[in-house]
Amino acid sequence: MLLEVRDLYVEFHTREGVAKAVNGVNYSVAEGETLAVLGESGSGKSVTAQAVMGILDMPPGKIAGGEILFKGQDLLKAKPDERRKIRGQEMAMIFQDALSSLNPVLTVGQQLGEMFVVHRGMSRKDAKAKAIELMDRVRIPAAKERVNQYPHQFSGGMRQRIMIAMAMALEPSLIIADEPTTALDVTVQAQVMDLLAELQRELNMGLILITHDLGVVADVADKIAVMYAGRIVETAPVHEIYKAPAHPYTKGLLQSIPRLDQKGRELYAIQGLPPNLTRIPPGCAFNPRCPMAQDVCRSDVPPLYEVDEQRRSACHFWKETLDAR
Amino acid sequence: MHADRDKGAGTGGGAAGSTLLSQASEDAVAPYTEGDPILQVRGLAKHYPLTQGILFKRQIGAVRAVDGVDFDLYAGETLGIVGESGCGKSTVAKMLVHLERPTAGAIRYKGEDISKLSGRALKAVRRNIQMVFQDPYTSLNPRMTVGDIIGEPYEIHPEVAPKGSRRQKVQDLLDVVGLNPEYINRYPHQFSGGQRQRIGIARGLALNPEIIVADEPVSALDVSVQAQVVNLLDRLQAEFNLSFVFIAHDLSIVRHISDRVGVMYLGRIVEIGSDAEIYDHPTHPYTQALLSAVPVPDPTAREHRERIILHGDVPSPANIPSGCRFRTRCWKAQERCELEVPLLAVPAEFRHVDTPARHDSACHFAEEKRVVPPEGELEIPGPAEAPGDGETSEAEGDERS
Ligand SMILES: Nc1ncnc2c1ncn2[C@@H]1O[C@H](COP(=O)(O)OP(=O)(O)OP(=O)(O)O)[C@@H](O)[C@H]1O
Ligand SMILES: Nc1ncnc2c1ncn2[C@@H]1O[C@H](COP(=O)(O)OP(=O)(O)OP(=O)(O)O)[C@@H](O)[C@H]1O
Ligand code: SF4
Ligand code: SF4
Ligand SMILES: [Mg+2]
Ligand SMILES: [Mg+2]
Repeated sequence: MLLEVRDLYVEFHTREGVAKAVNGVNYSVAEGETLAVLGESGSGKSVTAQAVMGILDMPPGKIAGGEILFKGQDLLKAKPDERRKIRGQEMAMIFQDALSSLNPVLTVGQQLGEMFVVHRGMSRKDAKAKAIELMDRVRIPAAKERVNQYPHQFSGGMRQRIMIAMAMALEPSLIIADEPTTALDVTVQAQVMDLLAELQRELNMGLILITHDLGVVADVADKIAVMYAGRIVETAPVHEIYKAPAHPYTKGLLQSIPRLDQKGRELYAIQGLPPNLTRIPPGCAFNPRCPMAQDVCRSDVPPLYEVDEQRRSACHFWKETLDAR
Repeated sequence: MHADRDKGAGTGGGAAGSTLLSQASEDAVAPYTEGDPILQVRGLAKHYPLTQGILFKRQIGAVRAVDGVDFDLYAGETLGIVGESGCGKSTVAKMLVHLERPTAGAIRYKGEDISKLSGRALKAVRRNIQMVFQDPYTSLNPRMTVGDIIGEPYEIHPEVAPKGSRRQKVQDLLDVVGLNPEYINRYPHQFSGGQRQRIGIARGLALNPEIIVADEPVSALDVSVQAQVVNLLDRLQAEFNLSFVFIAHDLSIVRHISDRVGVMYLGRIVEIGSDAEIYDHPTHPYTQALLSAVPVPDPTAREHRERIILHGDVPSPANIPSGCRFRTRCWKAQERCELEVPLLAVPAEFRHVDTPARHDSACHFAEEKRVVPPEGELEIPGPAEAPGDGETSEAEGDERS
């Protein structure tokens, strides 16, 4: 396994109390595989990714438990310089907002080239040639001229492609893309996702795609991890989960999306709101919103039950949920 | 609902668009009769001057944000407007509610052009057309209570609710949008995003308008909360016989909520028709590309779905291509597309046939192409048994923040 996150806990110490942002996350990605991490705002998707990358704000953040195994090595026990090296060369992250993650006063070419100067000890001249090559590869037209331009001179979709170029510059084995297309229009999103999938195939990278768009997931993922209140509530191969979800939250999400192929009747709406992370309900965190909740859900935290070899569901009634469709 | 579709948007058609500066000729007020569109938009344009120089500003061009938009809105219907970022959707919305003045064109409310009204006459019509904004986080004044926010329109239109009755009116409105009336003295930060959007909707309803212009009203919300608000809008429309102009970039939501849909590109509507005409029988290449790019929540669709990947970027509205404005990205473009502006009308080849392809489309080479899998082909868990209408949301609302 390329990356394995085991029972990860992250807390934030805030004025209002301890916010339990990540509460025992388990997921894994193999080489060449795409894992989609799905969940609503605040469910802990980004915080988990930041912990994996080693870029969590500490404090206020604190890793309160767990292991992050990268090629078998626990990153949480690695020395800082080792960690930095892995982060620079073996993993890369793409953020939602490309404009604010690019440096506005450096040209795109300088920023791309920097990677090769720092990590590969190349000369400026060679690095620039490499930058042009990369820009070509992510299909920036007229790369030779545009290599000297600044980020604000690029459109949103092009900036996101530059971010992709930067992430794959050193051919890492793992890329984490945190909502890489949320800020983009659908036609541009299609271009960017296409490119990402193609490069992933070519380099046989593991890809963790963080998103809240069930359509994007269906399009590109091999498997899914659904997060709710800092936990994985269901993981499964992509085909299975859409056909028959084994957790009431996943099921509710799938039913609540309006459809492109028919005009709507009333939408299913999951009642209520996600919990405040400083006061997560006892038992199953989803119980106040769950149509299937029983007494046991209010007292006992459901473990991640094994549905079959490849599927897990954190619901006491996963069987009933599967059958109820 | 609206007897004669053919009377619809196409008639005013591209003609208005291509002759921007010739004042909309039909300024004369035709008497409004039931069944006529409640709103008729013709040749609507907004150009922002581009200037250069600091001391002596001179105009060097214009951003043609909206560049000749035509559509009709009928009583009780929802017209969806979709299009990519920067195509001019919000600018159209702002002109409809008089937050921006059109550079050209007409907005006829029940037959009367309201775009040039001012003073008292304007105030009287404005009441009937209200707006709901996109961002529930920034569009509400953080220092005002919810009661003051929702009741604010009464300061300008005291005739709708005399002072003594306002508190009651506001509490009724809170109830209508599914919020606890006791929350009247709370501040916006004490509410979640979905609840804040309900507050915005309540405010939009305060003056009993006939038309609501909603600019991306659910875009900032999470999926589960989005469904609650969409259901609310659906219910309110039926209850108060509202007409909606519903603007969004999410094509699935627009289909869900709209009776008719207009697709915008670079300041113009390029195709308009009923929801089935646009989604199942699109004839404009841009609509086809747009629809094919929408990821559908069914992993089995990815193998057999055709994707039209558009190349290049949307041109700047300060520099719109000649002829067909889509031609720089269109895979079907030919010489004619560069020379001749395609008008928004029923394409000649469909004019005399009875087909869903017979709707307005601004393309010289319009042809039908289905890009959304037919209904029933997608494998998504069946329809919901127990629709939650979100009525309970405020009970847990306290939980957050
Ligand atoms: N630096 C921080 N300080 C305090 N709390 C934080 C910090 N970063 C994240 N959190 C909290 O951790 C929780 C999980 O946040 P996270 O960013 O992982 O959510 P997410 O699933 O990525 O949501 P979104 O879809 O909105 O990006 C949130 O409640 C957030 O407020
Ligand atoms: N006050 C202004 N001055 C100059 N240009 C403007 C102004 N307001 C809008 N524009 C430009 O007009 C065009 C249309 O903007 P508009 O906000 O209507 O787009 P939109 O379709 O609502 O986009 P989005 O989906 O991003 O909200 C854009 O190119 C925008 O930059
Ligand atoms: S454990 Fe109980 S409350 Fe939680 S999802 Fe399952 S049925 Fe619902
Ligand atoms: S008129 Fe020409 S360029 Fe425009 S959409 Fe039709 S085929 Fe394409
Ligand atoms: Mg996030
Ligand atoms: Mg807008």
